[in-house]
Amino acid sequence: MNVATEKGSDAGTLTRSEVEDFLYAEAELLDEWRLPEWLDLFTDDATYQIPPTDIPADASPDNNLFYIADDRYRLGERVKRLMKRTAHAEYPHSKTRHQVSNVRILSQDDGQVEVACNFLTYRTKDDFSNIFFGKLLYGLEVSDGKIRIRSKRVVLDTNGLRNQGRISIIL
Amino acid sequence: MKPNGNDPLVMIDNDRHLFKVSRNNFTDPDVFVKERERIFSTCWLYLGHESELKKPGDFVTRVVGGRSILFNKDRQGNIRALFNSCPHRGSQVCRERKGNAKSFQCFYHGWVFGQDGALRNQPGEESYGHDFKNDPDSNMRQVPRLESYRGLYFLCYDPEAIPLVDYLGNAKEYLDVIFDQSVDGMEVIGGTQEYAMNANWKLLVENSIDGYHATSTHATYLDYLKSMEGGLTNVALSGVGKDLGNGHGVIEYSAPWGRPAGQWVSLWGDEGKKEIDALNARNEKLYGKEKADRIAYKNRNLLIFPNLIINDIMSLTIRTFFPQSPNLLHVNAWAAGPQEESAAARKFRLSNFLEFLGPGGFATPDDVEALEHCQLGYRNSQEVRWNDISKGMGLEQPAMDDEEQMRAFWREWSRRLTGPEQIQGERT
Repeated sequence: MNVATEKGSDAGTLTRSEVEDFLYAEAELLDEWRLPEWLDLFTDDATYQIPPTDIPADASPDNNLFYIADDRYRLGERVKRLMKRTAHAEYPHSKTRHQVSNVRILSQDDGQVEVACNFLTYRTKDDFSNIFFGKLLYGLEVSDGKIRIRSKRVVLDTNGLRNQGRISIIL
Repeated sequence: MKPNGNDPLVMIDNDRHLFKVSRNNFTDPDVFVKERERIFSTCWLYLGHESELKKPGDFVTRVVGGRSILFNKDRQGNIRALFNSCPHRGSQVCRERKGNAKSFQCFYHGWVFGQDGALRNQPGEESYGHDFKNDPDSNMRQVPRLESYRGLYFLCYDPEAIPLVDYLGNAKEYLDVIFDQSVDGMEVIGGTQEYAMNANWKLLVENSIDGYHATSTHATYLDYLKSMEGGLTNVALSGVGKDLGNGHGVIEYSAPWGRPAGQWVSLWGDEGKKEIDALNARNEKLYGKEKADRIAYKNRNLLIFPNLIINDIMSLTIRTFFPQSPNLLHVNAWAAGPQEESAAARKFRLSNFLEFLGPGGFATPDDVEALEHCQLGYRNSQEVRWNDISKGMGLEQPAMDDEEQMRAFWREWSRRLTGPEQIQGERT
């Protein structure tokens, strides 16, 4: 992970390819179910959110019902849970393939980097496969030569989860 | 060998305290067709909550009991439910999920309807007979029955159905306890969880009022609560399960988790405690101590037959679901809370909801896994034919982890499918 999270170029700014390398490495950790390592990518005050699809994509989880609205504590608990055999929804683990594309740096200022990309994640559980797709919005933070995730918001392009049923994997 | 056509749907043996449900009920296309005819075409079905239509002109489109429905509020504030089909050629008139509109235009030939569904105008009007617009068949059709209780709107496709309040029967009192949490009225909170399960809809009925599966299915959720500082109080999980009649059932019980309705946990801090104390004091003044305590400290998983679940637990959810086929169901779930709730309390309510409930929670996905694996297990139902729902049978007061509330559902389901004169397999 050091290769991906360590900043090579000018301190405080990222190039698109550095962001892409970071996102590809994140995808690999998820697909290999190395979730504790994945969790280490997040800052202590990080959030991970998936809003439902019938409200604006920038709605707040404080006054809207989301699918997922984790702070760093609950995200850690989510990872702990998913690594247990008693997380029945993901035991045996699904096979997943996280695709990331159309990566853009929206802004960067003083080590705070806003990134948007498209995503396509395939999941196979038992004999069934399904697809999640949409946009990812990242707030990244660069400090001490490392990239960390401060916020990750998953904006689904489906109407609800009629085909996927549930979001028991990490998107 | 196919299951014997003479097998009963439900087999009850009161002497041996056995209650068996045929697994065929979860897979048979004929049962699915009969359910549409005898349950989803005759029972009161939940449509939506009045708070979803705040302003005149607000509308929501929804599929209820297999029909496409336009739920809206007109200029005068009347709430209506129209079949969302053009009287001309049948196209869905409104193709948006929600919004606000003075009128609805079918895009196919351009017919325009008022908020009450009446035809206002259509291109080439002069080519129609002079009284065409006065013919009720020229209007969008209203659903035969639409009635509400405590802001919950139900529709019924059977014009002869008994009034909603009579249908709700003993469940009304539980709805009152739940909705008396608020003095200004409850509201549905923005954001709908729309998901699905590859399982028969009756599996979700059972699961939503099942107090027996928590420790094994939800082991990781219980681990989470235990590990969280201040997430639990010292209250045992204990209570009762009841048949409320008409197919409705409930479990009512105490539990260690925090309840925004009145059970404080230390995680919510001193400010949270002040707020919860004030809420409980207000309720005691309004309703007396006994009812105020029930509102605050008792959890309720309430089934309104056939497919409405109102769970007043660590949060409040309204959940309804419909079969798409014998082995696929669609769920819509909402969070609800008092309109007068503070921003902080609303945040706790929603946080509690997401920890447990919904397709991204720490518990519901494991329920989905369980129900889908039941459905897969029913591949064997020609040989392994019966589900067992006997737990707590014959007890004077079955407990919350018994199955009396599910038997309530199955008795009514069976009565409606086979008719009152021939409840099959009832042996005493």
